[in-house]
Amino acid sequence: MKTFSAMALLLSLSVLLLTGSARAEQPFITLASTTSTQNSGLFGYILPQFTELSGIEVRVVAVGTGQAIRLARNGDADVLLVHHRPSEQRFVAEQHGVDRRDVMYNDFVIVGPTADPAGIQGMDDAAAALKKLAAASTVFVSRGDDSGTHKKERGLWAAAEIDPTIASGGWYRETGSGMGATLNAASAMNGYALADRGTWMSFKNKGALTVMVEGDSRLFNPYGVILVNPVKHPHIKADAGRRFVDWITSAAGQDAIATFRIGGQPLFYPNPR
Amino acid sequence: MTEFSEAFAAAFSLLISLDPDLAEIVLLSLSVSLVAVFIAIVVGMPLGAALAVFNFRGRRLAVVGLSSLMGLPPVVVGLIVYMLLSRSGPLGVLGLLFTPTAMIIAQVILVVPIIAALTRQVVEELWGEYQEQLRSLGATPRQALPTLLWDGRFSLITAMLAGFGRAIAEVGAVMIVGGNIDHATRVMTTAIALEVSKGDLALALGLGIVLILISISVNALGHLIKPSEVKPTYQNRVAVNEGMR
Amino acid sequence: MTTDSILPLELRSVNFEAQGKRLIKDLSCTFEPGLRTIVIGPNGAGKSLFLRLCHGLLQPASGQVVWHGGGQDVTRSQGMVFQRPVMLRRSVHANVEYALSVRGVPRKMRHTIIDEVLQRTGLSRFADYPARQLSFGEQQRLALARVWALKPQILFLDEPTASLDPPATHLVEQIIEAIDAAGTRIVMTTHDLGQARRLADEVMFLHRGRLLEHAPAQQFFDEPKNDQARAFVRGELLWWHRKNPLHKPGSKEEIGS
Repeated sequence: MKTFSAMALLLSLSVLLLTGSARAEQPFITLASTTSTQNSGLFGYILPQFTELSGIEVRVVAVGTGQAIRLARNGDADVLLVHHRPSEQRFVAEQHGVDRRDVMYNDFVIVGPTADPAGIQGMDDAAAALKKLAAASTVFVSRGDDSGTHKKERGLWAAAEIDPTIASGGWYRETGSGMGATLNAASAMNGYALADRGTWMSFKNKGALTVMVEGDSRLFNPYGVILVNPVKHPHIKADAGRRFVDWITSAAGQDAIATFRIGGQPLFYPNPR
Repeated sequence: MTEFSEAFAAAFSLLISLDPDLAEIVLLSLSVSLVAVFIAIVVGMPLGAALAVFNFRGRRLAVVGLSSLMGLPPVVVGLIVYMLLSRSGPLGVLGLLFTPTAMIIAQVILVVPIIAALTRQVVEELWGEYQEQLRSLGATPRQALPTLLWDGRFSLITAMLAGFGRAIAEVGAVMIVGGNIDHATRVMTTAIALEVSKGDLALALGLGIVLILISISVNALGHLIKPSEVKPTYQNRVAVNEGMR
Repeated sequence: MTTDSILPLELRSVNFEAQGKRLIKDLSCTFEPGLRTIVIGPNGAGKSLFLRLCHGLLQPASGQVVWHGGGQDVTRSQGMVFQRPVMLRRSVHANVEYALSVRGVPRKMRHTIIDEVLQRTGLSRFADYPARQLSFGEQQRLALARVWALKPQILFLDEPTASLDPPATHLVEQIIEAIDAAGTRIVMTTHDLGQARRLADEVMFLHRGRLLEHAPAQQFFDEPKNDQARAFVRGELLWWHRKNPLHKPGSKEEIGS
């Protein structure tokens, strides 16, 4: 009998918890976005402001840009906020999304160990720096996950006219995971990596890593926001989604982005008008 | 190795401050996994018991299949559930993706084989002992099923705990189908993965310590219910001795 | 439940085989109502197999087990008590109730029946005890109470006192007599000749799978016709006569009483 009553208790507890978690919900939208925006803490800072204003909760699914776009294409998100303009433009061109707008930007940096065995610290030509890295065969840790950062990195290698995948598994190491995991790996292997500044600045396990290369115009990192096409996916919450797109590109949203700082430093810059 | 001391400090301060965000994550973890295990018990125990008691063609194949399913890779299960629940998938209209329900579905799929396979083992052993007696009393195999499950209840607690362990510790599947959405589908394991990706290893390990503590508490609770093997009473020992004489 | 008798029970040339070995050989017999039958014989004679064949737990390789009475529900009108009965992991009371519920006895009627059989087997004060914590003697009495509650027309008992001490054996025998007095046909195996003398109306002597003698008790104990039976009654060690070396010498029960 003791067992029976204990099992009954367990069951009622579970049901209680389940109904508790399914409590009356406020309206929400699902935002497919990138790990860089989530991990930096930007969403934690700006989204409550939108929710307070609109009563709409924003649920963020943070994955790589490639996967975020696939989620949106399947209709599993209402709004897309990513950072790879060619992919964004193709997404709209293929009618998966409507009304692409620029939201904000920051830049990418090449980080590496302070010892700097490849001697690239202080360079402002990213492609030339990568050339030096390849020549020195020092460890470079790549996202390798089809994310916005990964796509940017491949573009830079192309500009340097080097195919690093030949050295894949050698000095070129593809983690196939998020920005944070990749930085953890770079930190552990004393390697170089390309990172978005937002994630880099909020990253807490830098170890001996520091910024090596910055300031190249090719390291520009613009973020765009797109509403998933309600014609293609009738179930999406187009009105709420549009309100979010309107807000984040409005003066209020742009202000929120501009005032988000870590250690007094801005991580993202509102889109210039 | 200051990270370890930092981790314990983080775990400690998380626990004593009763951090509301942490409480929410812990409660969601528990509720998702408990409900998943409960459903898996309702489905898996009769299934396992039926495999032990009924004879049918392909029974051995089913037993082998069930045992192999115990090792289902969570990521694959997560992917399959995602493809089913995606708006572009066959069950997309239900709108369950990125909800706790989706996470429960994935965990049920992972836990049912464990509970069913362990139940089959317990019940098969018991059926060997009980079969003649129950048949003599006039019980059909269908009537025997609940009897065997009830009489095997103490051994079956282990099966339940094994299932719960799998559910609460699982990260691959709930990450994909839940999306690790703050205040909606973030559970202990996905929160840990997130902190790792932020490079906050101390906080991640701190959360890990909390998860382990919860796991220990649930197991301790399970073993409280389960009495240690009934010790022979004095009377029994006397009877044994006299029986030998 | 039907009240028509399912007896008499007839076995016609029953053979039973396991792993290619014939363990019951060409056994024919009939059980008429109203007598107490004790089946005796050394270990390995096939006594337990014989009971299980009668009870329907085993199917004969050839031959037939026929119930001649008009009673419809043959399986529900018989019961069996095993040498080591299985106690369900629940209370004494619940063990009896389980048997009643399996047979579909309405809930309202169960309690009177349970109280009565527990009282008649002297287990009333243990009603709420976990059955598995009873002594062997008490467990055997509970097995009897459990099967008695079903009011079987015929009850098979397989060495029910084999591992009990004399006081416990005495109690069990008393209960068996009471069950008999209440109208249930008793068929019981034992290797204890004294017990056979105390309880038998008729005796069946089994040896190496064959029924060697089936006679009224008085006649059997006074002058068994079969020489093996005679040796057994005299307390001789039967394995000396055996050609089959498979049987392990040295088990104490062989000696008989």
